[in-house]
Amino acid sequence: MASVIHFCDSKGKSLLSRDFKGDIPSWAIEKFPFLLVESEEEPSKASPIIQFNGINYLYITHNNLYLLAMTKSSGMDTNVAQIFLFLHKIITVLTEYFKRLEEESIRDNFVIIYELLDEMMDFGYPQITETKMLKEYITQRSYQLEKRQKKAQELGPPSAITNAVSWRKEGITYKKNEAFLDVIESVNMLINQQGKVLRSEILGKIKVKSQLSGMPDLRLGLNDKIIHTDHNSNSGKNVEMEDVKFHQCVRLSKFETDKIITFIPPDGEFDLMTYRLSTSLKPLILVDCQIVTHSKSRVVITARIKSQIKKKSTANNVEILIPVPEDADSPKFQYSHGKIKYDPANSQIVWKLKHFPGGKEYAMQAELGLPSVLNTDPDVKVKRPIKVNFQIPYFTTSGIQVRYLKIQEPKLQYQSYPWVRYITQSGDDYTVRVD
Amino acid sequence: MSSKMSSSLQSIEKKIRKMFQQPRKGETYELRAGLVSQYANERKDTIKQVIAAMTVGKDVSSLFPDVLKNIATHDLKQKKLVYLYLMNYAKTNPELVILAVNTFVQDTEDPNPLVRALAIRTMGCIRVDKMVDYMEIPLNRTLKDENPYVRKTAAICVAKLFELNREICIDNGFLEQLQALVEDPNPMVVANAINALSEIHEFDPSLQVLKITPELLKKFLLALNECTEWGRVTILTALSDYQAVSPGEASHIMDRVLPQLQHSNPSVVLSSIKVILLNIESLKDTKDYETILKKLSAPLVSLVSTPPEVQYVTLRNMRIIIEKYPTILTNYFKVFFVRYNDPLYLKLEKLEIIVRLAVDSNATQILNELKEYGFELEPDFVKRAVQAISQIGIKLPRKSEKAVEILILLLNERELYDEVIIALRDILRAYPEKSSLILPSVLHHHQNLTDSDAIGSFIWSLGEFNVENFDDQIAEYADNFKELDPNVQSSLLNSIVKTMVRRNELGHLFNKIFQEADDIESIEVRDEVFLYQRILSLDDREEIRKIILTKLNKINNTISYFQPDLLEFFIRQLSTLNSVLYTTAASSKVTKMSQVAHMKDITLRVANDENLLDFEDDDGTANLDANPQSSANILDELNDLFTNNTNTTSQTNHTQTNDLFGFSNNTNNSAGISNSNNNNNPNKTNQDLLDLF
Repeated sequence: MASVIHFCDSKGKSLLSRDFKGDIPSWAIEKFPFLLVESEEEPSKASPIIQFNGINYLYITHNNLYLLAMTKSSGMDTNVAQIFLFLHKIITVLTEYFKRLEEESIRDNFVIIYELLDEMMDFGYPQITETKMLKEYITQRSYQLEKRQKKAQELGPPSAITNAVSWRKEGITYKKNEAFLDVIESVNMLINQQGKVLRSEILGKIKVKSQLSGMPDLRLGLNDKIIHTDHNSNSGKNVEMEDVKFHQCVRLSKFETDKIITFIPPDGEFDLMTYRLSTSLKPLILVDCQIVTHSKSRVVITARIKSQIKKKSTANNVEILIPVPEDADSPKFQYSHGKIKYDPANSQIVWKLKHFPGGKEYAMQAELGLPSVLNTDPDVKVKRPIKVNFQIPYFTTSGIQVRYLKIQEPKLQYQSYPWVRYITQSGDDYTVRVD
Repeated sequence: MSSKMSSSLQSIEKKIRKMFQQPRKGETYELRAGLVSQYANERKDTIKQVIAAMTVGKDVSSLFPDVLKNIATHDLKQKKLVYLYLMNYAKTNPELVILAVNTFVQDTEDPNPLVRALAIRTMGCIRVDKMVDYMEIPLNRTLKDENPYVRKTAAICVAKLFELNREICIDNGFLEQLQALVEDPNPMVVANAINALSEIHEFDPSLQVLKITPELLKKFLLALNECTEWGRVTILTALSDYQAVSPGEASHIMDRVLPQLQHSNPSVVLSSIKVILLNIESLKDTKDYETILKKLSAPLVSLVSTPPEVQYVTLRNMRIIIEKYPTILTNYFKVFFVRYNDPLYLKLEKLEIIVRLAVDSNATQILNELKEYGFELEPDFVKRAVQAISQIGIKLPRKSEKAVEILILLLNERELYDEVIIALRDILRAYPEKSSLILPSVLHHHQNLTDSDAIGSFIWSLGEFNVENFDDQIAEYADNFKELDPNVQSSLLNSIVKTMVRRNELGHLFNKIFQEADDIESIEVRDEVFLYQRILSLDDREEIRKIILTKLNKINNTISYFQPDLLEFFIRQLSTLNSVLYTTAASSKVTKMSQVAHMKDITLRVANDENLLDFEDDDGTANLDANPQSSANILDELNDLFTNNTNTTSQTNHTQTNDLFGFSNNTNNSAGISNSNNNNNPNKTNQDLLDLF
C-alpha cells in the first residue's frame, strides 16, 4: 500500500508530504521532477506509473499539482486501482474543504491537510474518506478541550462511525423535510463526416440533496428503463446495455435480488447512483460543416446546425467549437443567430447560442486568411474534430423517469416533499469529425 | 608592538567565539523563544510555524526539546502538531523521545477517544526502539477499547509494532488479539484487523495469521455489505487468496460478491471481478458459468468511464481478462474507440484492446475508425494505429484487402510513408500472394522513407519478390554500406545475395562488401557476411538456391499473447501493480527462499522486477506461437550468431517446445513476456537461414 503521499508543484517539487510507513528513502522524491521530465521526453512510454530503483511512483494531476503516492512494496502487494482512487478521493475531500485545491491553498491550509491525511490513511491503508464525516470532527477552527469538557461527546469521533450507518449522524432536524432529485444525463457522441453516429453513450447520474430529519428510509421507484437489465439479451447488433453504480448507502444485495433501490441517505448532497447506456442515439445537435481550404490564401467554413430535439424543448448555452488552421488570421463572419468569436489561442472559432429551440436550423459562414507561404508541415493534414457543448433542461435522452420517492422515518413520521428535475447535457466527448 | 599584536589576537579570538555561540537572532532563535513563551496562543502559533518550516523542508530538528515541552496540552490541534513533529524527528533525537513516552501513555487513557486513538496511532509511527518497549500496555488497552474508532486504530498499530519488533508482538499475544478483532461487531474494526493481518502475512507467511476458515469466510461475506468502500476492497483482496473447497462454496462466494459490481468505487468493482474470476472456473460447464460471465461485461465497460489513471489500470487488466475470456467484451468494441482528449497512454492501450477484440463481424467498423486515427496529431499514436491496421489485416484474412486499401490510402493522403511501409511489409509476410497489390505502393514511395526499419522493409521486399529495375538504388545503398543501420545492412545483404543467386547479378556489390567486411561495425552483420560467403562458395548450385531462396513461412498473427501459466498468474493479480506492468515480482518482504518457491509455483523462470515500463518498445509481445525452435541446440547457437538486434525470434515456425523461454535472449524482456517479431525487425536474413535447420 502507499508508503508516502506527496503534494507536488507543476515541476514535481514536493509542497507537503505525509510519510505513513517510513520505508521510502529521501532521494526518491528529489528524483521525481527528473523522472517527469524523462517521461515527457518519451511520450509513448509515459504513464501514471513510474518505477525507479525499486520505488513505485503513482501519480495523478490536478490544477497544475501532482499528487504522488510512492510505494516500495512489490508488484504483488500494491493495489494500484485503490491507490489511484484514494488520490482522487484526497482531491475530492480537499476541494470540499477549500473550494479549490491548488498550490496556494495547500500552503495556506497545511495544518488541516496534515490532520485530514492522518484521518484518511493509516499505515498506508485508506480509512475515513467521507467529507461529511470528516467535517464532523476536523474543522478549520480550533477548540479548547478543557473549556468544553462537558460536551466531550461532541469532540469525539463522529458517532456514526460506531453505527452500522456510517454516513449519517443521528439527531438531524429540519423544519421542512424535503428531498431534491436531479437526474442529469451527459451524452457522449462521435459523429462522422456524413452525419452518421459512430459511437454514442449516455452517462446518467441521480444527485440527491437530502434535507430530512432523523434516520429516514427512502425507496426510489424508477420506470423499468434502467432497472430491468437483462444480462442475457446482449447478443446481436444494436447492443443496449446498462450498468448501474450506487452510493454506498444503497443496499446492494437488496437491489441484486429484488431490483429495489432502498437507502438511508447521507445528509445534504450526494450522488445516489450513476448509470450508463450505450444505445445508438440520433444526434441531438447535428452539425454539418464544410471546410474549404484555398491554400496560400484563405479558408472558408460553412456550418449548419440543427436542433433535433422535441419542438417544446430548448437547448441552452450551446457552443460549437470549430477548428481552424493554426496560421489563419483576419476572420470574417456571417451569421444570423448567436455570437461568433475567433479564439486564436486554441485555433478555433466559437459559435455561441444562448437558446436553441428544438427543430430550428441555423447557419453561419466564416472566412479566414491564410499566409501566402505554404505550410509544409505534414501535420497540416491533421484533422481535429468539432466539439459541441449544450444543456437541455426538462429532458432525459434515455427516457428514465422517477416514478416515486417514498420517505419513511419510523420514529418521526413527518410529512415530506420530494422534488425532481431532469437535464440532458453534452458529455466531455460530443464531437463531430470534419474532412 | 607585541602588546598590540596580542590585543588584536584577543579580538580575533572573541570574534571566533562569537561565531560558535548559539545565535541570538535568526529564525531558529525566534522559534525557540516562541515555543517557551508564557502565552499559550503564542506557543501554539510558533508550533505551527515550526511545522510550516518542516513542510518546506527546513531542518528544525534542533528545536526538538522545546517542541517536546508543549506536548502536554489539552488543545487537540496543538497536540496533533506536536505529535506530527515527533514522528518526523524522533529518529534524530531518539534519546529525547523517552521524555514523551509518559504523555503518550497517559493519552491512551484520555476520556476523549480521538486523543486515545491519536496517541496509539502516533506511538506506532515513532520508529525508535525505546518507544517500542512502552507500547505493550497502551496497545493492550486500546485493542480492548470500548470505542470502535480507537480499536480500529489499535488494530493497525499491531502491524506497525510487528514490523518494528516481531518478538514483542508475538510474545504478548497481539496476533491472537488481532485475529479476534476480525469478529468485531464494527465493520471498520474488522477491515483494519484484516489489513493488519495481511500486512503481517506479507511480512512472514509462515505464521499463517490470515488463514480463512469456513466460519471466517462467513464473517467476511457478511461484513462485505457493511463496510466502507476501502473495507470492501480489503475483504475482497483477502477473499482472492482463498481457494473455495467446493463448487457450491465458490458459487456462494460469487453470489455474495456479485452485488458489489454495482458499487460506485471502481476499485471495489475491480476487486469483485477478480474474486469472481477466481471462483468461476469451478462452475465451468454449468449454465451459471455463462450467466455470471455475462454479468461482468457491463461493469467492466463502465470502468472505462473512470478517471484516466484508473482507466489505465483497467485497460491493462482488460488485456488479461479478454485473453482468458475472448468474447466477454466483443460486443462492446466501440467503447474502446479513443476520445480526442484521451491522454496518449490511454489511446495506445485502447488500440491494444481493439486489435484483440476484432473479429470478422466488427472489423470493417474498426478498420474505418483506425483510418481516422491515421489523421491525428501524435506521431506515436498514428504509428501504433497504422500497425493496428496491419495486425487486424493479418489476424483476419477476410479483412486483409480492406486493411491494405486503408493503408494505401493513408500512404497517399496522409503521407505516412515510414509507418505504412513497415505495416505493408508485415502484410506481405502474411500474404505473399498479394504482392502484386501491395508492391507498387511500396516501390513508388521508397524515396520518401527516412526510418531505417522502413528502408530495410523496402530493400527486403526487393529481394524477396524479385523486383527488377532497382539495381541502381541497391548499388547506391551498397556504396554507403558502412553508414547504414545494421538492420538496413542486413536487409541489403539479403536482397543482394538473393539477386545474385536468382539472376547472377550484383555479385560485384557483395564482393565489395565482403572485402571490406572487417570495417563493418556490427558484429552480427559481419558474421552474416561471412556466412553468406560460405554458403555462396558451396559447389552445389542447387543447394545454394535452396538455401538462399527458401520462402519464409507465412506469419498469421502479429498480436502478442501471454503464455497460459502467466495468464493464470495475472488473473490472480488483477488490480495490483504486477497486472498493470506485466511483471511477476513477488512479495518484496518474503524471504529469498520462499520467493524462489513461489516463483516455481507459477512456473516462471525469470523473476526480475526491473523497470518494465520500457518493454513497450517491444510492443509488449508475448507470443508462444511464435516459438521458432525446431531444433533447440542448433538454434541457440544460431541465435547467438545472428542477434543483430535484440529480436531474432521469428514467427515463421510453429513448433512448440517445452522450453518456454529458451529463445528469449532479449535483455529487455520482462519475465515470461516473450518477444515475438511483430516489431519491425527486417532482419529476415536470419530467418531465412534459420529455416534451414
